[in-house]
Amino acid sequence: MTAAKIENATADDRRPLLEVVDLRLHYPIKRGVISRTVGHVKAVDGVSFSVYPGETLGIVGESGCGKSSAGRSIIRLETPTSGSVIFDGDDISRAGERSLRRVRSELQMVFQDPYASLNPQLRIGDLLAEPLIAHHKCSRAEAKQRVREILTTVGLNDQYVNRYPHELSGGQRQRVGIARALMLEPKLIVCDEPVSALDVSIQAQVLNLLKDLQEDFGLTYIFISHGLGAIKYISDRIAVMYLGKIMELAPTTEIFNRPSHPYTELLLDAYPEPNPRLRDRERMVIEGDVPSPADPPSGCVFHTRCPYAQEKCRIEVPQLESIDAADSGRGEVACHFPLDKPSRRSFAAPEPVPAGRHSASATASGEGA
Amino acid sequence: MTATAAPGDAGINAAPDTVDTTRPAGRAESALRRVVRRYLKHRMAVVGLVVFVLLILMAIFAPLIAPMSPYKIFPEYDAAPGAGHILGTDSTGRDVLSRLIYASRVSLTVGVGAVLVYVIIGVTLGLLAGYYGRWVDQIVMRITDMFMSFPYFMLILVLVSVIGPSLLNITAVIGFMAWPPVARLVRGQVLTIKESDYVRAGVSLGYQAPRILFRHILPNTLSPIVVNATFGVAQAIILESGLSFLGLGVRPPAASWGNMLTQAQSITVLADQWWMWVPPGLMILIAVLAINFVGDGLRDALEARQG
Amino acid sequence: MIPYIIRRILIGIPVLWGVTVINFVIINLAPGSPADLYLTPTSTPNQVAMMRHQLGLDQPIWVRYVKWLGQLVHGDLGYSLQNRIPVTQLLGERILPTLTLMGASLVVAYAVAIPFGIFVARRRNTAADYGVVGLSFLGISVPHFFLGLVMIYVFAVKLGWFPTGNIMTLGGPGGLVDRVEHLVLPTLVLATAISANMVRYVRSSMIDVLGADYIRTARAKGLGDIMITNKHALRNALTPIVTVIGVDLSVLLGGAIVTEQIFQWQGIGLLTIQAIQGRDYSVLMGINLIAALGVFVANLLTDIAYGVVDPRVKYS
Repeated sequence: MTAAKIENATADDRRPLLEVVDLRLHYPIKRGVISRTVGHVKAVDGVSFSVYPGETLGIVGESGCGKSSAGRSIIRLETPTSGSVIFDGDDISRAGERSLRRVRSELQMVFQDPYASLNPQLRIGDLLAEPLIAHHKCSRAEAKQRVREILTTVGLNDQYVNRYPHELSGGQRQRVGIARALMLEPKLIVCDEPVSALDVSIQAQVLNLLKDLQEDFGLTYIFISHGLGAIKYISDRIAVMYLGKIMELAPTTEIFNRPSHPYTELLLDAYPEPNPRLRDRERMVIEGDVPSPADPPSGCVFHTRCPYAQEKCRIEVPQLESIDAADSGRGEVACHFPLDKPSRRSFAAPEPVPAGRHSASATASGEGA
Repeated sequence: MTATAAPGDAGINAAPDTVDTTRPAGRAESALRRVVRRYLKHRMAVVGLVVFVLLILMAIFAPLIAPMSPYKIFPEYDAAPGAGHILGTDSTGRDVLSRLIYASRVSLTVGVGAVLVYVIIGVTLGLLAGYYGRWVDQIVMRITDMFMSFPYFMLILVLVSVIGPSLLNITAVIGFMAWPPVARLVRGQVLTIKESDYVRAGVSLGYQAPRILFRHILPNTLSPIVVNATFGVAQAIILESGLSFLGLGVRPPAASWGNMLTQAQSITVLADQWWMWVPPGLMILIAVLAINFVGDGLRDALEARQG
Repeated sequence: MIPYIIRRILIGIPVLWGVTVINFVIINLAPGSPADLYLTPTSTPNQVAMMRHQLGLDQPIWVRYVKWLGQLVHGDLGYSLQNRIPVTQLLGERILPTLTLMGASLVVAYAVAIPFGIFVARRRNTAADYGVVGLSFLGISVPHFFLGLVMIYVFAVKLGWFPTGNIMTLGGPGGLVDRVEHLVLPTLVLATAISANMVRYVRSSMIDVLGADYIRTARAKGLGDIMITNKHALRNALTPIVTVIGVDLSVLLGGAIVTEQIFQWQGIGLLTIQAIQGRDYSVLMGINLIAALGVFVANLLTDIAYGVVDPRVKYS
């Protein structure tokens, strides 16, 4: 992926593959004799963004910020309370089961826990063939052939067809999870913390696999994570979420080098510094706990923890607006007093992506065969 | 996306595709074989299984094993065990041993039949309630509550007396009364499994409800159902013998261990003619004990999480 | 907690109403008609019709149901055809012996099961443990009536220690000693199954708790075994036990029917058998309703007790 692509992706003349407009997902809180609703947990509270074909949009935030709920609403595992999810021109936020089933082959998900996301009773071959058979895409024999191909594609081999999930390692299982998401040849894949449950060394392999697949199949990703490392590595643009809202949405380099939202700055500060020589620096600590999403603060939801908060922040809700009206490439921020200074940390020196492809199939032989 | 990896950004770029060593991927044993191995470790469960199989064989081959007809009335009634009748005769003059052997047919038929009926009802309702939730769940669970509010045995007694005692009727009645615990069990399991990522994955892959229910949810609820059903067979055998003992189950001349014990309500039989009531009582005890051990073994073997 | 109780009772109302419907329908499925009791084979069709009319049997089932429900609300359970007294009066006479029997059995069962369960939980995989677990299997597997017969044979017929049945010596002076003597055998029969079940719950629940981290912490602090068992483990182990007590009532009633029959104990159980044999349907309906109410209240109390024993339980 090149810088040119980022410019392409953010250019307004391109038609987004997915457009999320003012998405809300509220869970009622019930209490009392007749279980009346006494309030709502605002898991996702007015989120809007677009995803362009071929790009990876990262969503980052602390646990409970609503990033996974947002992901689940997009692929309609949850029905949004309001707002719209426009996928390939159709609003699917209210679609019924029947029409959803058609959309679902184009809109897939990779789950966080590779131990929980594969049915323990089925062999890998059956797990992978099932999407094709359920959608009557092809015959059983063809499905078998496709399963063998896809296993190679994700860096496993056809020996795995007869294995059960419990016989596989976490990394291998996640490859199966990715393979299953690919079976229906989707356009967009929501990756919900796909590497968080894996060992660090395995994380890199799976991330590389995702990148390779993106190039090969022209996939578009929404990559949800609480870890900045993975997000930074894979995303073209990043949305920073806090208490159900997007705080800042900008290209990856902008987020890391020139954070505009105080919360983004704090997140970056909390990210461990791998270089010990750079550790001895001024560092900000996030104070206080995250407020409850059932009772979010007034005004800017971040004002209770923001070191720069002023009177206006307590009263007025900031909208997500362009950081620099003259330069749409800088992204958007929801802050009354956006920062305008380089990151306190040196993220500047770009490190080139290792030359050549991270050949996925090369892994197969190595990984616990 | 070139410029994002900071110097020394450990882990992500630095580690090339290394070997995932968390688990050797040798050909592991199948799930079934592991269950069998665990079961065989449970000594009493093995003994129970052997006894249970012998009982089934006895029931199937009763005409070959029994020395005489269970219905034939001999002139010598109340006869003590001896050469002619190994376990003596009852107060009508029928051979006790032959009746004992034939009675195993009744117990096992009712036991297995009733459990089949209630497992089917309970699983169906439990799946519906758990999967569809909302008002389906409300209705099913309220009906379940109603059935569970009745003292179980009393309701069975009344029902059997209303529709008339017979083998088929008691099987049906026990079957129709005993499903609520299974329905609750299955519902609870479904509620848990429904939230699992592999069911979510099924939904996101656009699978239809029947496929998700029967291919992804049901097989994963089977272990506790199998265990429950095994104990259920033992319970049904006790229930049948109790009903027959009270004269509300299988009626003479058909032989059931329970109705053979009825005679012992006479103090003379109880005090002086042990061969009429001790053998059928022991048979019930042995059968129920054996099945309970099988259930215990299955629980140990099945319910440990497969890893 | 109060809203929770109110909610449970509100949910309970339709359930109990459903119980009355099921009850009424089942009883009305019965082939024999109560009118038969008043009639002889020589009665003319006219007399049959008269009798049916008098008993209200010629009306549609829902009319009879509404009438019956109306009476029920006023505490009128109808009239026992067999005993020729109101059902409420009959139940009143018979309920005390049954409650006595069940209460005594529960006390005996818990007095045996809890100490034994705790004892063997701390000596897992010893001979004592295997012995108790084995006995408990025997206890849950033996049918009440067979155990009852064996007890009568051994303790009444052979040893002559206890009477063979009834709640007191007929025509005798009665008195407490006499009544207790009559109570012993049926209580033991009924208590066997409960304690056999219970001891396994106590044991496994205690084993779970003893393996928990906070017990290991307590041990690491140097607390003695007695202190650990009583202060830290027992309370937590008791929680699942409470549910067993609630579930038991329905089972207990089933056991009581058979036990009362064997020992001719004049309680609700024996009355049930007599009513079935005599087709005394108003009595059967009364018994079923009282029993259902009992089960409902017991379940409610169980859930409340659960919260008392385990502070983690939230009522919502």
